[in-house]
Amino acid sequence: MSLKIDKQTLYLVGGVLAILVISSLAGWILSLRVKSEAGRATVKNLNARTRAWWIMVAIFALAMATGGLGSIILFALTSFLALREFITLTPTRGGDHRSLFWIFFIILPLQYYLIAIKWYGLFSIFIPVYAFLLIPIRSAIAGDCEHFLERTAKIQWGLMICVYCVSHVPALLSLKIPGYEGQNGKLMFYFVLVAQISDVLQYVWGKTLGRHQIAPNVSPNKPGKDFSAESPVPP
Amino acid sequence: MKSLFAALAKFITGANARWVGSAPETRQRVYFANHTSHLDPLVIWASLPPDARTLTRPVAARDYWSKSKLRLYIANKVFNALLIERKKPTAHDNPLQDMRNALGDKHSLIIFPEGTRQTGSEMAPFKAGLFHLAKDCPEAEFIPVLVENLNRILPKGEFLPVPLLGSVSFGPPIKLETGEEKIAFLNRAQAAVKALQKS
Repeated sequence: MSLKIDKQTLYLVGGVLAILVISSLAGWILSLRVKSEAGRATVKNLNARTRAWWIMVAIFALAMATGGLGSIILFALTSFLALREFITLTPTRGGDHRSLFWIFFIILPLQYYLIAIKWYGLFSIFIPVYAFLLIPIRSAIAGDCEHFLERTAKIQWGLMICVYCVSHVPALLSLKIPGYEGQNGKLMFYFVLVAQISDVLQYVWGKTLGRHQIAPNVSPNKPGKDFSAESPVPP
Repeated sequence: MKSLFAALAKFITGANARWVGSAPETRQRVYFANHTSHLDPLVIWASLPPDARTLTRPVAARDYWSKSKLRLYIANKVFNALLIERKKPTAHDNPLQDMRNALGDKHSLIIFPEGTRQTGSEMAPFKAGLFHLAKDCPEAEFIPVLVENLNRILPKGEFLPVPLLGSVSFGPPIKLETGEEKIAFLNRAQAAVKALQKS
């Protein structure tokens, strides 16, 4: 599918590039001026973040430029990495091994394939209905009854968050809105921009204005003002 | 070919090497690790820097690695494994003697003193071979290694891996003290591997 490059797209891309150029310059000036040890560490961290942003923007722009397919591949990889991280931290047992193989190498690619062929009727229920039934069946065949419901629930939930939810980002591209044909790329752009601005704002607020810690056990560096920073962000 | 294989092993297992109390070096070493998966020797070997990797030979079970031509090829040509007889060692076919010979004067070894892969979370008691090796080769450094999560990537009895993230931790070297008993040394060695779980 081809995406139209219109004025709004140019504004969006231009705005992001402008912000990045400004932050790179600011980071460079700060690195020259800051003298204290703690300050230097902060600036180093800040500049590493800015560099990561450049890379993210470059990859995302490349994916957008190739149209639908590039975006689908990008988000499929994102899903893969997220699921890998999720399952690594989730206690599974030997009996889950075959189910895990299924979710990584069959269900995940199939979900993105369904998105690519725009089969809305199937990709919107494929994981919550069919995959959710398949996982407990596969685990049951493996014959391990220990913590069966817990294990099944954890794998299902990992699949839901890391694959089903993430896959709906490139699915935005196949959304049919009357009078908005060919402009769906902007929806995806907006979605990613909002999510990432939330990340930037909580960092900036935490470093500058944050005072009261709301949940120190969760993230010792994130004070309460973060919530005010992130709250205007729609889901 | 070798570095390609090492890169592949690291990619599949997502293994990142942590060096806690020792640094990657090319001096003669015996890495001893817990054993939960066939991937263990491969991943530990792949986690070493290239120059140390060429000098390091994983010790592996001959009965497993000589089962097919492909396995034998990988064991011999790719990671230059030392295949030992673990089922019925004889005076003629003594794994310990093989290990001493393989160490020579510059090579390093990767060994698994539990003797076989463990399915549970507990480590099995270490076999005496480690003690004898430490006694016979005092000039080598004995480095404890903890591999984590590889048993979930490729558990015992499975042949298709699942791409989870594993990790390999290298600890500070331990030394056989003069007059130290066999049991005491083996327990201390096992404790050194276990200690890496938290650090």
